[in-house]
Amino acid sequence: MTSLPEKTDKKLGLVVDLDICVGCHACAVNCKEWNAGAKSAPLTDYDPYGKKPDGVWFNRVHTYETTDEAGHGQTVHFPRSCLHCEDAPCVTVCPTGASYKREEDGIVLVNEDICIGCKLCSWACPYGAREYDENEGVMKKCTLCIDKIYNENLPQESRVPACVSTCPAGARSFGDLGDPESEVSKLVAARGGYDLMPEQGTKPVNKYLPPRPRQDGREGDKAPRMLEHADDSTEGAGLIARWVDKILS
Amino acid sequence: MHPAKSVIFFTTASGAGYGMMIWLGVLAALGEVYPDASLGIVTLGLAFALIVAGLLSSTLHLGRPERAWRALSQWRSSWLSREGLAAIIAFVPLGIFAFAWVVMGTNSGAAAMAGLAGAALSLLTLYCTAMIYASLRPIPAWHNGWTVAGYLVLGPMSGAVLLTAIFHLFGQSKPAAITSLLSLALLATGLLVKLAYWNLIRNEAPVSTAGTATGLGHLGKVEMTGSPHDNDNYLLREMGFRIARKHAEKLRTIAVALGFVLPFLCLLATIYLTGGLMPLLLSALATLSCAIGLAAERWLFFAEARHAVTLYYGEQAV
Amino acid sequence: MGINPFETVREDVGLSPQVGDEVKTSTCYMCACRCGIKVHLKNGAIRYIEGNPDHPVNKGVLCAKGSAGIMHQKAPAKLTKPLLRVGERGSGEFREIEWDEALDLATQWLGEVRQRDPGKLAFFTGRDQSQSLTGWWASQFGTHNFAAHGGFCSVNMAAGGLYTLGGAFWEFGEPDWERTLYHMMFGVADDHDSNPIKLGLGNLKTRQGTKFVSVNPVRTGYSAIADEWIGIRPGTDGLFVFAIIHELLRAEKIDWSSLARYSNAPWLVIREPGASDDGLFLRASDGGPLAWCLEQGKAVHANAVHLKPAFAGERTVNGRTVVPSFQLLAERYLGAEFSPDAVAETTGIPAEVTRRIAAELAETAFEKEIVVEEPWVDAWGRHHEKFVGRPVSFHAMRGISAHSNGFHTCRAIHILQALLGSVDCPGGWRYKAPFPKPIPPGIKAAWPKAEAGLPLDGPPLGFPRSPEDLIVDQHGDPLRIDKAFSWEHPLALHGMMHMVLHNAANHDPYRIDVLFMFMANMAWNSSMNIPETLGYFTKKREDGEYVIPKIIYSDAFYSETVPYCDLILPDTTYLERWDCISMLDRPISSAHGGGDAIRQPVLPLDRDVRPFQTVLLDIGARLGLPGMTNEDGSPKFPGGYEDYIVNHERAPGVGPLSGWRGEDGSKSGVGAVNPDQLTRYIENGCFWHEELPLSAQFMKFANREYLQYAKKMAWLGHADPITFQLYNEDLQKFRLAAQGHGDIQPPEAQRTRIETYFDPLPIWYQPFLERDEGGEEFPVHALSQRPMHMYHSWGSQNAWLRQITSANKLHMHRDLAAKHDLEDDDWVWIENGRGRVKAQVRLVTGVNPSVVWTWNAIGKRKGAWGLDKDSPEFEKGFLLNHIITEKLLPEKGVKEYSNSDPVTGQAAWYDLRVRLRKCSQEEAGETWPVFEAIDKRFEGKDGPLEFGKDLQGGDTGGREPLQEFVGQRSANHSWVEGIRDGRGNRVSDET
Ligand SMILES: Nc1nc2c(c(=O)[nH]1)N[C@H]1C(S)=C(S)[C@@H](COP(=O)(O)OP(=O)(O)OC[C@H]3O[C@@H](n4cnc5c(=O)[nH]c(N)nc54)[C@H](O)[C@@H]3O)O[C@H]1N2
Ligand SMILES: Nc1nc2c(c(=O)[nH]1)N[C@H]1C(S)=C(S)[C@@H](COP(=O)(O)OP(=O)(O)OC[C@H]3O[C@@H](n4cnc5c(=O)[nH]c(N)nc54)[C@H](O)[C@@H]3O)O[C@H]1N2
Ligand code: SF4
Ligand code: SF4
Ligand code: SF4
Ligand code: SF4
Ligand code: SF4
Ligand SMILES: [Mo]
Repeated sequence: MTSLPEKTDKKLGLVVDLDICVGCHACAVNCKEWNAGAKSAPLTDYDPYGKKPDGVWFNRVHTYETTDEAGHGQTVHFPRSCLHCEDAPCVTVCPTGASYKREEDGIVLVNEDICIGCKLCSWACPYGAREYDENEGVMKKCTLCIDKIYNENLPQESRVPACVSTCPAGARSFGDLGDPESEVSKLVAARGGYDLMPEQGTKPVNKYLPPRPRQDGREGDKAPRMLEHADDSTEGAGLIARWVDKILS
Repeated sequence: MHPAKSVIFFTTASGAGYGMMIWLGVLAALGEVYPDASLGIVTLGLAFALIVAGLLSSTLHLGRPERAWRALSQWRSSWLSREGLAAIIAFVPLGIFAFAWVVMGTNSGAAAMAGLAGAALSLLTLYCTAMIYASLRPIPAWHNGWTVAGYLVLGPMSGAVLLTAIFHLFGQSKPAAITSLLSLALLATGLLVKLAYWNLIRNEAPVSTAGTATGLGHLGKVEMTGSPHDNDNYLLREMGFRIARKHAEKLRTIAVALGFVLPFLCLLATIYLTGGLMPLLLSALATLSCAIGLAAERWLFFAEARHAVTLYYGEQAV
Repeated sequence: MGINPFETVREDVGLSPQVGDEVKTSTCYMCACRCGIKVHLKNGAIRYIEGNPDHPVNKGVLCAKGSAGIMHQKAPAKLTKPLLRVGERGSGEFREIEWDEALDLATQWLGEVRQRDPGKLAFFTGRDQSQSLTGWWASQFGTHNFAAHGGFCSVNMAAGGLYTLGGAFWEFGEPDWERTLYHMMFGVADDHDSNPIKLGLGNLKTRQGTKFVSVNPVRTGYSAIADEWIGIRPGTDGLFVFAIIHELLRAEKIDWSSLARYSNAPWLVIREPGASDDGLFLRASDGGPLAWCLEQGKAVHANAVHLKPAFAGERTVNGRTVVPSFQLLAERYLGAEFSPDAVAETTGIPAEVTRRIAAELAETAFEKEIVVEEPWVDAWGRHHEKFVGRPVSFHAMRGISAHSNGFHTCRAIHILQALLGSVDCPGGWRYKAPFPKPIPPGIKAAWPKAEAGLPLDGPPLGFPRSPEDLIVDQHGDPLRIDKAFSWEHPLALHGMMHMVLHNAANHDPYRIDVLFMFMANMAWNSSMNIPETLGYFTKKREDGEYVIPKIIYSDAFYSETVPYCDLILPDTTYLERWDCISMLDRPISSAHGGGDAIRQPVLPLDRDVRPFQTVLLDIGARLGLPGMTNEDGSPKFPGGYEDYIVNHERAPGVGPLSGWRGEDGSKSGVGAVNPDQLTRYIENGCFWHEELPLSAQFMKFANREYLQYAKKMAWLGHADPITFQLYNEDLQKFRLAAQGHGDIQPPEAQRTRIETYFDPLPIWYQPFLERDEGGEEFPVHALSQRPMHMYHSWGSQNAWLRQITSANKLHMHRDLAAKHDLEDDDWVWIENGRGRVKAQVRLVTGVNPSVVWTWNAIGKRKGAWGLDKDSPEFEKGFLLNHIITEKLLPEKGVKEYSNSDPVTGQAAWYDLRVRLRKCSQEEAGETWPVFEAIDKRFEGKDGPLEFGKDLQGGDTGGREPLQEFVGQRSANHSWVEGIRDGRGNRVSDET
């Protein structure tokens, strides 16, 4: 049944720290690089050297600006990939069972051997996490690097998703979000990790950590405002005079 | 949403086909239509043709049409699967009904039972189609009861209008009169449903915003200043379709005028202008007009529907 | 799989596919950061490139560029064979030739020059990492006309650092990322230390109680994650730093003891205006500088072990009026013109922000001291129980350096670090080996020989300390083609590659015979003025000959520069060759210890190309250059570059690689040649890194253990401490010459310039272009930034990277846009006195409202980079370079100076000022200028790219891709008009 599993043994997923993501696209490109030769190979690129270069990617990095009422702005980089939702609508709408959620670890996958390319799952996903391979006629998506994280041919430290191991800022973490004792769960708890579009009822497994409050002298920022001047004479003449005979060091 | 030709054609054509089937089944059960073979061939044939062409068009536009048969397996959860299944099952009673009518020259008794069953399954298929759209939460313009109402009314409506014209062609004035009245009622209902639908999608409070999509709403207004890619991608082509308000208004006028008002007036006129070719011409005009109007309506149904993913690409709320 | 339509098919996912059949380590070169990589190969093709977790630079991470290395290798723009120009320059008409012919030709052209006047060869290289080879080659050849790209890149940073602290930002130093509590970054978009900076910021920001401040007119990338973003007006950072110093001085928040020991703050400066030694240090008879000891009440050796120095007070010593140099510094920056209020308007930074930042710096430095409990001994033999850290750190790059006042600003930032006592301490900014160096390093540029067939006596580049070190003739006129080390730009340490074409084409100061270039896109994005530079390439004499008679160029790709050259020596890619990232050049050291690395060929060659370094050695041998030929005339390095890497010795025991030296590989730094060296590198992941003991990791400028180690490694000539030169006497020497002292004086016309800009303490002045062309008429600053996922021009040929960015927009503040009636996606003219460029607009709020900016080097010339003729890079990508300029308007009575820093010759890219004008309806839609296509041979490959299709197969547990089917392909999408890119969904209601 493609109906969703009642419960999964684990909830493997990603945690993305928006406080330190610098928007470098490393995760997106390394994801593409790994997956282009992995389970979903190839991730076709249409018109690679032409007018409309475009292709299949599982991870895409946006940049947003926020502006509050007082006019304070912030720029936030925002990587977007499949959230491996607990109540994944992409799975339940799929007519073929190609789209499914694994009971073992909660990873949402597409079985490209039976996908008919009806695209309904991409309509059902609010997050734009599904990428249709127009050349192959099947749907593809983030696999949570399933053939990397369990890969016994790779050294232990490489057994994390490509986007995680490559992220230069360390903005991405991977682990079992179903286990409250896991590193990622603790991180989420400590940093106020949140769901994207909770109102869509998808119960995403992946979490995002919010940017920490700026420390730019606004209300609530406890930094000192100004140094006490030892002397305010013009051109500092008084100060220099003070120093002439003083052992300062 | 991207108004793909194939889906527009599929939903309008098979909608009309199922609509015809529904009324043929009902009329036969009521004994209101004589099982004339040529009439049967034309009406049932056309209905089948519309249904099959619609299904075929949507199947051929799958990425992997050769695997279409796999779409039946997930009827427990997927409305698309259910639609496929309903469509296939519907063929059984409808086939029997058609066989009885055309080959055996009867549409009453057991045949009528088959016809009624076919009608019910046709309605069910339409319902499934509607639910495919109505079940999609990321698209608030679809995720509502009026979407279902629309499909349930517009299919039978276009079927009735089409049947009217055919009955007139065959000089079957009695069933024609019934379908005319049905058409008038359905055209009025259809218009009301669509008006209610349009009113809803225009005034409904947004479900998701750029703020909830990014979780950055607490920081203020969220605007995209950097895109992950400089060219269109699948998501934008499929779901980023956006239609200018003015353009939509124009199409809406066309949809209302041609889809509902003109057919209504034409069919109303057939009640008074009964002589000669007038009823046929008017009902044919009604059919043509309705088809164009519904194509516009369906185009709008897609084009106006905004998907939550656009929130990541600059849309403020859907 | 059965054919039961109701069956739910379960997928059997291959969880442990064989990733590849081989993994090779090497060093990335998708940019100059030099990260370690592991390349997985499958059936001889690249399957996957990942960061090497053991590598000291990137610790396993890999950026977007590095991850796209596969597509670099697949680029259709790769050159395949040596080319000889047959049409006009720029036409792109070439004949493919064999290597023999190519090498014969090169040898013949170069041989002729060498026999006539080797100086008539101008050899200029780009951002390569083999400058120690190319520079050495040039001096063996005998030409002083050599430099790499640093002059237009960031020499202000190098010079500012090396003349102040003996080490520089750039990639030669790094904040103590794990310990610093307060980091301040000036003008950085990505930088050479690309991954280390990202790793570092991630580390910093995920620790409690830290703060990261970014000073940058633009809020993107790093500035976006800054806890505080200061959107300064371009070119005014110097004032901002002065104001911070002003505040610190007023509050006496100064690390006096650090200054007393480690800087020249107490050194006595002669203050006798008009005297020929005014402004120089008062020195003892042995030449050592003096300081006034308050305890002893007399002037003593500034280097003495026991000293309680005076920081102020005019005194008379040995009959001379002197003051501690610190007093000069204090007098200057305590000046009212540098108060936070006074600079607020020019910098755009409110005074209270400057005050707060100064207070935060002081608080962190002096109240949040951190210690590393590790005993150490200083250069004077004093024992210290621990290292005391002032956990504030700084980093700056081209936002500071690419302005014509950048040298002084950079010095100011270094001085600020010294005042806070945060140099090379725990939590501060730290040197990477082989730095610190003496201030400045002792190397002098060799004097031009201009004698047939003779090598130079030393390297072509060095560190001038006084007018005597300039390379000028008896009239004070430049002797180098780029005019580096002349009175125009005395400290042009890296040469001035940006002036070479202009000067050569105008015979200013003289003509050259051959221009030899390597890896620099001088006909496009490396040029400050593309339209005119193309004219320099093609300028002809009356007799129809080109003014620059011969141009040899090595590139690996069909770049915009290739068609403008005569002989093309096609290079390999970084995955196909040996390379060495050497201690003699730009190594991979970290603050924890020295390191260097190699590249090994990971893929076999599939084209008729050769590694440039090998070709260079080959040409050298053919020319009979001394270091490259044996006595009998045979080539010294017949095995090519890998032979050289192992066997070349710059000095006895010192070669390109420091690791595993000595016959048995037991030595590092200095040791005999080890024939197995490369194997040892490969076994170790292609790098060598020697961690310093903790006791030698900090305070290296005065850490005895470190200094002795550095001497042993031949990084330093002696183990004397290195004293920060806050007040720079060398600069004063130039100024004195300008004031009429000494034998060597600047030409009359240049006196004022030298006198003004060779101030021994940092000054601020309005950037030249802003001064000349700013004001009301051109009120807007125009900047470019490096996108993190693109490397200059290389990125665009990359099938993956160009999907992210294939066109650039002009970003501006919403308020500025409103003034010009501009909305998103409108087209606008960017104009100045020289010309105009057309661009599409993107509105943002995170930018200084007087600034517009765009991504660097996205716009490409039609016909280049193997792209289709209607690619967005050509039609929607633009460069600001079209309206930047390499020369300033001639000043009254004086010559036309280069648009560069007057001290270092650093190209002033970011001084550009413009005005904006909205395009009319007819003008919108395509960028301008668009030059004629440079080549028709290369066309974008048709059809989709299915990289990976054949990499996935049986053993992966996956499926075999199926191709035959009827179905919806991309073609189906194109029928609907009105599909918008959805970005902002800017279909206006009117349409
Ligand atoms: N407007 C503006 N312009 C700028 C700057 C700016 O900030 N603003 N920055 C300037 C700076 S700092 C720099 S460093 C320059 C950089 O600009 P360029 O020096 O032009 O750098 P690239 O285009 O990356 O590389 C130069 C050439 O090297 C070739 N190449 C790549 N790999 C290899 C190889 O393995 N072997 C060989 N032989 N050739 C290879 C490429 O094909 C290219 O033609 O741009 C400058 N231009
Ligand atoms: N991804 C990537 N990495 C690269 C390169 C690349 O092409 N791509 N190129 C390499 C090369 S050759 C170089 S030289 C380095 C350069 O590395 P960076 O110095 O990081 O490069 P730029 O892009 O010149 O960034 C200059 C920054 O300074 C800001 N700025 C401009 N004017 C001012 C000013 O007056 N004050 C202040 N405070 N800021 C200012 C700009 O907004 C911009 O953010 O990067 C290297 N690394
Ligand atoms: S790699 Fe890391 S820092 Fe870069 S865009 Fe992805 S999440 Fe952000
Ligand atoms: S993010 Fe989208 S594709 Fe991924 S599980 Fe959720 S609904 Fe499905
Ligand atoms: S496109 Fe494939 S995976 Fe998606 S719903 Fe259709 S059959 Fe399922
Ligand atoms: S988990 Fe793997 S597939 Fe998913 S976004 Fe990261 S790299 Fe891509
Ligand atoms: S920063 Fe990126 S491109 Fe540069 S060397 Fe490292 S991985 Fe390669
Ligand atoms: Mo550079």
